[in-house]
Amino acid sequence: MDDTRGAELGMGKAAVPSPAVPSRIGLVRSRRLHVMDRGFRWLTGGLAFLVLLLLVGVALSLFVRGWGAFHHFGFAFFWSEAWDPVTENFGALVPIYGTLVSSLVAMLIAVPISFGIALFISELAPEWLRQPVGSAIELLAGIPSIIFGMWGLFVFAPVLGRAEPWLNDHLGVLRGIGALFRGPPMGIGMLAAGIILAIMVIPFISAIMRDVFLVVPTLLKESAYGLGATTWEVARHVVLPYTRTAVVGGVFLGLGRALGETMAVTFVIGNAHDLHISLLDAGNSIAAALANEFAEAFSPMYKSALMALGFILFIITFVVLVLAKLMLWRLGQGQEKAGL
Amino acid sequence: MSTAMNVRYLRRRFWNIFNLGMAVAMTLFGLFWLVWILWTTLSYGATALNLELFTADTPAPGSIGGLRNAFVGSLLMIGVAVLIGTPVGILAGTYLAEFAQGSRLAGVIRFFNDILLSAPSIVIGLFIYAVMVVPMGNFSGLAGALSLAILLLPVVLRTTDEMLGMVPGTLREAALALGAPHWKMIVQVSYRAARSGILTGVLLAVARISGETAPLLFTALNNQFFSMNLDKPIANVPVVIFQFAMSPYPEWQHLAWAGALIAAMAVLVLGLVSRFLIKDRSPR
Repeated sequence: MDDTRGAELGMGKAAVPSPAVPSRIGLVRSRRLHVMDRGFRWLTGGLAFLVLLLLVGVALSLFVRGWGAFHHFGFAFFWSEAWDPVTENFGALVPIYGTLVSSLVAMLIAVPISFGIALFISELAPEWLRQPVGSAIELLAGIPSIIFGMWGLFVFAPVLGRAEPWLNDHLGVLRGIGALFRGPPMGIGMLAAGIILAIMVIPFISAIMRDVFLVVPTLLKESAYGLGATTWEVARHVVLPYTRTAVVGGVFLGLGRALGETMAVTFVIGNAHDLHISLLDAGNSIAAALANEFAEAFSPMYKSALMALGFILFIITFVVLVLAKLMLWRLGQGQEKAGL
Repeated sequence: MSTAMNVRYLRRRFWNIFNLGMAVAMTLFGLFWLVWILWTTLSYGATALNLELFTADTPAPGSIGGLRNAFVGSLLMIGVAVLIGTPVGILAGTYLAEFAQGSRLAGVIRFFNDILLSAPSIVIGLFIYAVMVVPMGNFSGLAGALSLAILLLPVVLRTTDEMLGMVPGTLREAALALGAPHWKMIVQVSYRAARSGILTGVLLAVARISGETAPLLFTALNNQFFSMNLDKPIANVPVVIFQFAMSPYPEWQHLAWAGALIAAMAVLVLGLVSRFLIKDRSPR
């Protein structure tokens, strides 16, 4: 900084030093600083804007690359279950179905478990236990997804495969949902993918639930306790209603994660381009299809169909994540309004 | 009447204890998976650990080798990603916290930054494939690094924004009152006050990208040989793990487990260090 100051002083000397304009030096200097300030502001602002550009760029580039498939197959692309690289007949139904169903299974498992964990950490656990349990659950979120995949394929799927005959015999005979549990006991398949996705999103959902449970005003809870409510009744009738939108937002955030999760699903979903009702059968998800087939897709139409799948995945997760953020945001808004 | 009351009371008590018991059971259930997965990685990985892992390159099927080229490739790409993503993330976060605080634009950018943060990494890989790999005509380490940088950016941006937001306004006012220009105040006062917080954000982001596999499948691809050329496909730990784990060769699968253990350890250590940094900060 010293040499710039020297330069400025030098400049001041070169200009006629006049007592009438004592701020001359200051003026030159302040203009230069002004330029620096403006420049810094523009630089940081431009880079912040880059985030928006990136999102638009992702959507645009995927759409452009997928346009060949969208154009060629028309709307039938969305409900055709064909996937034949040889005859170049592609449809997105099987991967979309697999993505949605595996994520739905994951949510059905993960939401109650996350609620239990959040309840335990926020309301039940003694003070000294909260931090360690919370950190341990968060550790689960840090494990790379490919390790979930390997564990799923080599360790978990064989165990599940041994349990599946039991599912066949007991749940498979039920009317209605029974069809979901009749199938070959291979271990890998939609159910395995759903369970592993559930394990992966539990840390996200439970962390959000715990955080929003902790913002419930003590006053509200104490009032309910004062009326003689049990801990469960306070959780069910005070904490949950108060945080409802944020809880749903957290669930949606987890859903967004599950929909786009790639590696873990690729290992265990079975990568079969067939539509099955049974959860025990092999299926496919958008992300798994991309991970498995992209390197082998040499024809332009094949590539384009995969890109179109990527675009669909982006749009689905984008909508889910926007909904999630809006719901989480509303809790904060409501609190401000209530003056809490 | 009193028995009816009593039954009702007992029922409420029962449900209370039952549901709270379920909450405890759910927590144990969650921890059970953690222990199981970590134990698997440790037991499979530890048997495959040896010194050759770091001195030999990835082998042909059926022969013995290591993961040297994959480690070097991964470190290179993560390094370049940090070099690109960190300054961008910090400067963009600075704009939100220092210049646009509370404005509508800042709200919009924060909102979409969080979306970018949660967007599927595989889609980011496809994006880089479309805008970089296709025009350049080949897969490259640079494309891989760029896709990792995009995954790192929103994490750094968000933590920078949050950490600068925690710097007391009085510190800023003191600097401005002494005549410091705005940019100088930010660089010498705000950054200094939020330094360890921002560093934590960078570490968390590195932890996030170091296990990422999906985007590298479409960008860096893989390379069987040792290479430090970022213009060409380059070996990297996650993709090697993926290929080797899916292969039918036991030697490759062993290497995959060893790689998985090291990747997991790296991520966990980074997580612990950043947690320690946060703790270190809080009392001050």
